[in-house]
Amino acid sequence: MTDFVQNLIDGLGAGSTYALLAVGVSMLFGVMHLVNFAHGELLTVGAYVIYGMRSKDIPWVATIPVAILSAVVLSMGIEFVAFRRVRTASAFTLLLTSFAIEILSHAAWRIGVSSTPRRYAAPDIAFKAVQWGPFNIEVWDVVSIVVAVACFVATAIMLRTTMFGLSIRAASEDFDAARLMGVRANRVISGAFAFAGLLAGIAGAIWLVRRGQADPRMGSEPLLKAVIAAIIGGLGSLQGAVIGGLALGVAEVFFRSWLPSDLQGLTDSFVFVVIAVLFVVRPQGLFNVQTAERV
Amino acid sequence: MILEVDEVTTRYGALTALHAVSLHVEAGELVALVGPNGAGKTTLLSSVVGLLRPASGRVRFDGKDITGMDPAALVAAGLALVPERRRIFKDLSVADNLRLAGTTVAKGLRKQRMDEMAELFPVLRTKWDLSAGFLSGGQAQQLAVARALMSEPKVLLLDEPCLGLAPTMVDVIFDLLDHLRAQGRTVLVVEQQAQRVLGVADRGYVLRTGSIVAEGRGADLADRSDLFDTYIGGS
Repeated sequence: MTDFVQNLIDGLGAGSTYALLAVGVSMLFGVMHLVNFAHGELLTVGAYVIYGMRSKDIPWVATIPVAILSAVVLSMGIEFVAFRRVRTASAFTLLLTSFAIEILSHAAWRIGVSSTPRRYAAPDIAFKAVQWGPFNIEVWDVVSIVVAVACFVATAIMLRTTMFGLSIRAASEDFDAARLMGVRANRVISGAFAFAGLLAGIAGAIWLVRRGQADPRMGSEPLLKAVIAAIIGGLGSLQGAVIGGLALGVAEVFFRSWLPSDLQGLTDSFVFVVIAVLFVVRPQGLFNVQTAERV
Repeated sequence: MILEVDEVTTRYGALTALHAVSLHVEAGELVALVGPNGAGKTTLLSSVVGLLRPASGRVRFDGKDITGMDPAALVAAGLALVPERRRIFKDLSVADNLRLAGTTVAKGLRKQRMDEMAELFPVLRTKWDLSAGFLSGGQAQQLAVARALMSEPKVLLLDEPCLGLAPTMVDVIFDLLDHLRAQGRTVLVVEQQAQRVLGVADRGYVLRTGSIVAEGRGADLADRSDLFDTYIGGS
């Protein structure tokens, strides 16, 4: 039982990063039918911002907001420079565009900084643990979960109560009908990229405080997990993305703790087998999303 | 004239759906556009509101050239379309559908307009906080019209408002057309029930395979049985 609760907390901590990314991925899929493989690069830019600022001894409290802001700015910049030009193209074109941006970003960091990792020291709080009864709870896990939950609640409130949220929901259901109601296509898409970038920036901050290094290709793996989480939840469904992300994080931690030590390296493989089985049973993901007309 | 379609040609790839179509609507008029399936009626409305960009020709609204302008900008300028099959947002509540449709309206006015719509369409008030997906076809059509009226358009375009509705609901929609006309609104309506809509319209146009084949006073067109036999097929 102790192990179970311990693993659950660890898993939710890891899963909250995936879930925050997955909500952004799912939102962008909703408004423009884009599976954005460039979304992980928002983590990378945050990492290099942290590396740059920490190497000048700028305090963490100032570093983190700048890192988050850098993700928002890059997300909107990518939309403006790349996706806006191909907005009405096929989903396949959008997908290829996102891959191109991912590869360009890897190359840019390699050329602009270095292909070897740049290290920075994690703050003390990142690995601080407190003993609570039988549980050894890492403070940063709790911070991650609390921040993620706050983000999900804020997202839900935003979607229900603000005009921007209504525009996102309407555009996800029927983009052209939303335009006929006076919703500006560029504004709602740019806003969605900004919001997805904000969530990615926060996810990045949670993850990067512990990670302690920046390297050019670091964004790809968590993004792949986030895309899988979004698909598990049903692409386009935001609550599905949250549940998919958390479930993925928890599944990883549980497999790692159950698997014998010589099979630990295959944790991802086991998780993916479970996901494959899930898709055989429920190909549309956990939540059903009505397919809207394309832009 | 408040709306003028001038020699508009629209293509889908190699297929030409509209061949240099011209029509106009004067302020305060109710104009009907009729024709068989596939004549290009929806293509014409889409070309007017900017969902499709004409290959050639111009669209002018309220003295300005609006050819290919963004649909959202046109809503703000006073041109609203109730699209075919209604396309209400099923995941949003009735109230939120209206609120969203008031996106171009000043915040202070939005609530007032929503109240006006609740008054004009009492059935919507009873479903106010319900997901619009639960509305019947007739209720959904009323919501679709209410949504378009939220922006207080100078010209209202209606695409097949009676499509798929029960006969009693069709009567409700025709009453609504009367009401809109009595309010002095300018309306261009595309309708399958050609004879009936021409009967109430000031003027009408008959569109067939992408070309206007007849135009005139609504009542005159409604009386021309040759037209119905040749072009429209039944009524």
